[in-house]
Amino acid sequence: MEASAQRAPRKVSSRTRSERKLAWMLCAPAVLAMLAVTAYPIGYAVVLSLQKIDLRFPEQTEFVGLANYGTVLSSELWWTDVFNTVVIMVVSVAIELVLGMVIALVMHRAIFARGAVRTVVLIPYGIITVVAAFAWQFAFASDSGFVNNLPLVPDEMNWFGGHISSLAVIILAEIWKTTPFMALLLLAGLVTIDEGLYEAARVDGASAWQRFVRITLPLMKPAILVAVLFRTLEAFRVFDSIFIMTRGAQNTESVSILGFNQLINRLNLGLGSAVSVLIFLFVLVIAFIFVKGFGVKAEEGRPGG
Amino acid sequence: MTRRGVAKPLACLASAIIASAVLAACGGSSEGSGPQELTFFVAIQPGGTIEETVARCSKESGGKYTITPEFLPNDASQAREQLVRRLGAKDSSIDVIGLDVILTSEFANAGWIEPWKGKRKEQATKDVFPSVVETATFEKELYAAPFNTNTQLLWYRKDLVPKPPQTWDQMIEAAEGLKEAGTIQVQAERYEGYTVLVNALIESAGTEILSGPEAVDLEQKPTEEALAVIGKLAHSSAAAPNLSTSNEDSARLGFEAGESAFMVNYTFAFASAKEEAPEINKEMGAAPFPRVNGNPAKPPLGGFNLAVSSYSSHKKEAFEAAACLSGEKSERTAVELDGLPPSHENLYSGKVVRKAYPGFAGLVKESIEAAGPRPTSPAYQDVTSALQRTLHPPDKIDPEDTEGIYEELKSNLEEAVKREGLL
Repeated sequence: MEASAQRAPRKVSSRTRSERKLAWMLCAPAVLAMLAVTAYPIGYAVVLSLQKIDLRFPEQTEFVGLANYGTVLSSELWWTDVFNTVVIMVVSVAIELVLGMVIALVMHRAIFARGAVRTVVLIPYGIITVVAAFAWQFAFASDSGFVNNLPLVPDEMNWFGGHISSLAVIILAEIWKTTPFMALLLLAGLVTIDEGLYEAARVDGASAWQRFVRITLPLMKPAILVAVLFRTLEAFRVFDSIFIMTRGAQNTESVSILGFNQLINRLNLGLGSAVSVLIFLFVLVIAFIFVKGFGVKAEEGRPGG
Repeated sequence: MTRRGVAKPLACLASAIIASAVLAACGGSSEGSGPQELTFFVAIQPGGTIEETVARCSKESGGKYTITPEFLPNDASQAREQLVRRLGAKDSSIDVIGLDVILTSEFANAGWIEPWKGKRKEQATKDVFPSVVETATFEKELYAAPFNTNTQLLWYRKDLVPKPPQTWDQMIEAAEGLKEAGTIQVQAERYEGYTVLVNALIESAGTEILSGPEAVDLEQKPTEEALAVIGKLAHSSAAAPNLSTSNEDSARLGFEAGESAFMVNYTFAFASAKEEAPEINKEMGAAPFPRVNGNPAKPPLGGFNLAVSSYSSHKKEAFEAAACLSGEKSERTAVELDGLPPSHENLYSGKVVRKAYPGFAGLVKESIEAAGPRPTSPAYQDVTSALQRTLHPPDKIDPEDTEGIYEELKSNLEEAVKREGLL
């Protein structure tokens, strides 16, 4: 079939040909826009990453090949930050998956006010990340925050003064913010499961847990993988919460903060672009692992795919 | 035929739009059509200094220019980020810049600000503290007109401490011995304020961070003495519980809340306490910034100088405006409304300064004269980042064994002045 379709163009009628031409012309604006806003900046970043270029020293620009990548990859700081980023990513996505699943089940089974429940659950996701980060920072501030006034919390606890406690607050803010997104994606998978399967299982005497493990989870696997993939990619680029709460102090720096420091703070476009390109490659690798390793098919994020 | 029919009116319309845009642009800058508009990028001052000086200078120009302030964040690094982003992109919408003293070398080296020469230079530096003029100078050229300066004093509670300590060791001991308020407020968050503290200690110990734009000095013995002071404070009961996240504001809040008998901070702390905690303010004493060892103290030096952007399209007016904005009259406004110390020596005997600094105007003046400014280097940002990274959090410094951290600091700074490595 495919082979014949490929050979076909030789014999196409002039009408088909003009339709194809029209199709290309209709696509063209979108393709051009994509090239302008995606391909060009990525290509430019790659070009910059091969140069020694610093806006503070405009005269000293030169081509240095892969030297910037060597500097980044041989730096202890880069690997520390990769480790921090992975910790934040794994912990937050794992907790979000569990919480998101619970919330999705609740939303799915909600008997009354379904629309209202779904809207309310989504509110944290609708709040701008920077605003949410400030809210959490104020909540945990050692002098004026309310958290230290809660029972069981020491009054003088300096949350942003330690590595573990700072990371915990950052992860908490991430979870609070993006669990609704996870829940929504999971709900989309949940609604497509045929109710009949549950009824049949119930007739056979399966418990609620068995129904969840044997029916819901396997049928939702594609949806779960898509949800986890999206969130993992997003979590790897974590920036706002860290930037607001610690600015990377107490060893809470993520790779995005590292890139920001080189680019915006030091104006070292060469090193900064190398960091950015490496982040891009990491994201590609993560996506590749999900797609090839777990067989995620984004367009089939539902059972039966 | 039809195409042509459409094209002609379109072309006319387009040229009309372009023409009107050009006319509008010309109209804005042509002589005699109203004052030139200048934009002044400067950190916000809560007391209203900027608004008042801007209004006065616009008026005094006699219709030559009007100045519009654009406010930058009070945090030095955040303000810098906004400025370098614009200047790096050659933004012509900046005319006058309120430049933090540490930025002169970086901005001058990058060609972002204009030198002050001849008569302009003479006027801008007349009666100004030499230490302050030094902060506006790069490679023997003046690049900004000194506006306000700033320095830190030791603030202490007269009701708890009979005699202010002279060294850091004495102060830590005194605080440990107190039954209440036995802590010292400093600035040790990972930000520019921590560099200010570390630099003051290193300078006071008898050495300096850089001896040239790309030369790390840091003589071993004095540097280790300075580092030991930070380690000792961090491991002492005299450290405030939020030591590693403390800044000027948290220090003032802690002192005003009566939690601390000691605080090193800028002069604004006095006016702030007067407003927020009058009871504490009554017992608030001022003393010289503490020493590290037998050498004289080298208090921090802050403040702003006013520079003219190289990308400004109205440099002549911008120089005039900067000269007015940085003049003695403006400095009087700054000390009156925001408690900012003037950079002109002669103002310290005047009424306005003595009213703003009751009983300690002389102390502020001496502190500015004795100050040990932070290092100057076009790669300053790399130097300060490397220093903060290496020494933060403060409790990582073991006061008994400072050799390891000394070696680390030295090698990290040697890399930073060459702008190598990740930071």
